[in-house]
Amino acid sequence: MFDFIKENLILDEPLIVGANVSILLTLIGLIFALTYYKKWKWLWTEWITTVDHKKIGIMYIIAALLMLFRGGVDALLMRAQLTVPNNEFLSSQHYNEIFTTHGTIMILFMAMPFLLGLMNVVVPLQLGARDVAYPYLNNLSFWSFFFGAILFNISFVFGGSPDAGWTNYAPLAIEGSPGPGINYYLLGLQISGIGTLLTGINFIVTIIKMRAPGMTLLRMPMFSWTTLITSFIIVFAFPILTVSLALMTFDRLFGTHFFTLTGGGNVMLWSNFFWLWGHPEVYIVILPAFGIFSEVIATFARKTLFGFKSMILSLVVISFLSFLVWVHHFFTMGGSAAVNNVFSITTMAIAIPTGIKIFNWLGTLYKGRIQFTTAMMWALAFIPTFIIGGVTGVMLGMAAADFQYHNNYFLVAHFHYTLIAGVVFACFAGFIYWYPKMFGHKMNERLGKLALWFFTIGFNVCFLPQFLLGFAGMPRRVYTYVPEDGWTALNVVSTIGAIGMGIGFLILVYNVNYSWRHAKRETTGDAWNGRTLEWATTTAVPPHYNFAVIPEVSEIDAFWHIKQQKKEMKEESISYEPIHMPSNASTPFLMSVLFFVAGFGLVFALWWMAVLGGIGILACMVVRSTSSYRDKGYYVSVDEIRELEQSNQGEA
Amino acid sequence: MLHANNKSLNTPLEYRSENGRLNIFGFWIFLGAEVSLFATLFAAYFALKSGTVGGPLPNEVFDLTNTIIMTLLLLTSSFTSGLAINEMRRNSVKSMIFWLVITLLFGLAFLYMEISEFVLLVHEGASLGTNAHWSSFYLLTGTHGVHVSIGIGWIVLIIDQVRKRGLTPETAKKVFVSSLYWHFLDFVWIFVFTGVYLLGMVG
Repeated sequence: MFDFIKENLILDEPLIVGANVSILLTLIGLIFALTYYKKWKWLWTEWITTVDHKKIGIMYIIAALLMLFRGGVDALLMRAQLTVPNNEFLSSQHYNEIFTTHGTIMILFMAMPFLLGLMNVVVPLQLGARDVAYPYLNNLSFWSFFFGAILFNISFVFGGSPDAGWTNYAPLAIEGSPGPGINYYLLGLQISGIGTLLTGINFIVTIIKMRAPGMTLLRMPMFSWTTLITSFIIVFAFPILTVSLALMTFDRLFGTHFFTLTGGGNVMLWSNFFWLWGHPEVYIVILPAFGIFSEVIATFARKTLFGFKSMILSLVVISFLSFLVWVHHFFTMGGSAAVNNVFSITTMAIAIPTGIKIFNWLGTLYKGRIQFTTAMMWALAFIPTFIIGGVTGVMLGMAAADFQYHNNYFLVAHFHYTLIAGVVFACFAGFIYWYPKMFGHKMNERLGKLALWFFTIGFNVCFLPQFLLGFAGMPRRVYTYVPEDGWTALNVVSTIGAIGMGIGFLILVYNVNYSWRHAKRETTGDAWNGRTLEWATTTAVPPHYNFAVIPEVSEIDAFWHIKQQKKEMKEESISYEPIHMPSNASTPFLMSVLFFVAGFGLVFALWWMAVLGGIGILACMVVRSTSSYRDKGYYVSVDEIRELEQSNQGEA
Repeated sequence: MLHANNKSLNTPLEYRSENGRLNIFGFWIFLGAEVSLFATLFAAYFALKSGTVGGPLPNEVFDLTNTIIMTLLLLTSSFTSGLAINEMRRNSVKSMIFWLVITLLFGLAFLYMEISEFVLLVHEGASLGTNAHWSSFYLLTGTHGVHVSIGIGWIVLIIDQVRKRGLTPETAKKVFVSSLYWHFLDFVWIFVFTGVYLLGMVG
């Protein structure tokens, strides 16, 4: 056992040893603080076992911000390495590991949980529901994501990180990469994928079955619509990833021949499967982002979203097309011209519904009374920046031209223009917009705008030069270059931009702390003069049952119309009824720990550990099946509701 | 709210509670995900079908009579599972459990035959690591087999719960959902039988 730890703990890289020490110190600090302030019980009952969608959402967002930090440090290390030619700051192996973890973490452990977190906080409130359809599963979703992410992240201090790129192409990831790194990738993604699939199912059922009375599908807010469509993509795309990961796990651990070079295996099968999931995955992260921008723009332009139905139609078309474009990630595979043509056309076709959306947002802004809040400014920064990402996407979609762009910095710049300008801007916009709903006060606007300017300018300074680097022929995923290549000047500029983004992020995090100490507390649930039901709660932070009385809906932008109509409505006329709420659950947390144990066992081929973990997981399922009858939830009494609601009115 | 019985007595028991309706609908969505999962496994099998290097061809080792018996066993179990639901609708606990047990016996017989087939195939030189063809064969049929095994364990648990608690909206929902799962496995097997075994015999 001791030898096992000694062999795998990485102690020869100064950077990683530094990380080791800081992780250890942080952990000790956390444990000390929790013990000193006697917060363990609070942590367990209020957070770990909670089934409240709002708290689960907040946990998702905290985890995502931590991952954004980790992925951001990876990015800065890469930029540091590439700033000057012949740099020896990072070794080639270390560089490979860093671009792999950067990509994987940013997509799967940052973008997805950030958006899932916002969905969790907002969607049930927007629907006028008391919780999601399956609160118990929701807790399991979060913890399996979380322990999957931990399993992936410990690789860099214990055993070595995966080093075959976030796409993990065979044969590099099989024959070309011994050691536990790729196993971490396979198992970490597998475990967190379970959580994502469950969330997809959960939101489909919640949105279809639990909307407030009168909220027809066409009256449903746009963010809920994008969540619904995204959930359908999740349900059909994630099983493809599940199978692909399982097949490669078998190749690596049990000697099968799916993606191997020998025994009739086919390396391109992995590429096809990966992108059959991977391209829909891109839309899984971008569609909710579109939803967030739609909410923010409608609120701060003081208008109903322009072309609501065309927006929905374009969402549906995008989700359908997203499954039909996967080959454009490897036009250079050597498929026939006919195959490339088909996928070229489907790829370019996606630009049509996406273009429609741009006009929806512009149409909403047109003649609106625009308020330039920080959230709105992120949304406004998104439109032109994302268009650059979209247009370069169509350039890449032309198969013949793609032979020039393939795997060089033009591509890198393109997808950062879509994923950062699209997804990250949306995460920040949504975070700031719904911040008062989560924590009861707004974020400071001055600091918020400072962060915005640093981040957006830094972003463009970082990635615009990379288009040119692509034209100059710089391939992606190279750890260094020589002065004769002529790429130095642009790389220096790019690194300066990256530092600007880093500063922007730090200001944002500081703003959380600053606003917590200084910001004025919200006294009503309607911080921004909002249009949708999440702002209709009586308090800034909604009580655990969300709505004392479920609102009735008769229009799009339901809350806006309620505000117009019933200013004179008497409070005394409201009669409360007892509210049924689900009880906390501890099995999902335990089960996720066991997933982690089983996954860790498989990573190092410690079969006894994997089997024990597996038996534990099954035991948890048996426990759930036999004890589900006791999970009856509880009722919030009328007196309690009245007390809560009146104390809120008192404050107001 | 979740336990409100707001449907008339003509509504089947499993649909009477809000909880039951949500769970059944969600399970259909889950089966949609399962369709996607098996579709990917089928895609892998068909893409790698010709990778038979260094191992026997399927038509040299498949025993079609054996497979037809397996197919009939599983099809019949799907039918008896339907009979169990029919008895549940008539509120007859004993006959429902009887048909569920019959279903499980057919399922166990199927599993027994599948495992013996795997043992036989390994002896004839077609094992998991032989080549791409057999790797994908085992992963596809094996995933189906694991699903059947989980289904058996699950239904055993549910039978026990019905014996203890009788038919309530909650137990009825569990029986109904597990029967949906069981029919789904039958549905997948039809594709395995035609796509893997019948096409394997001619190819």
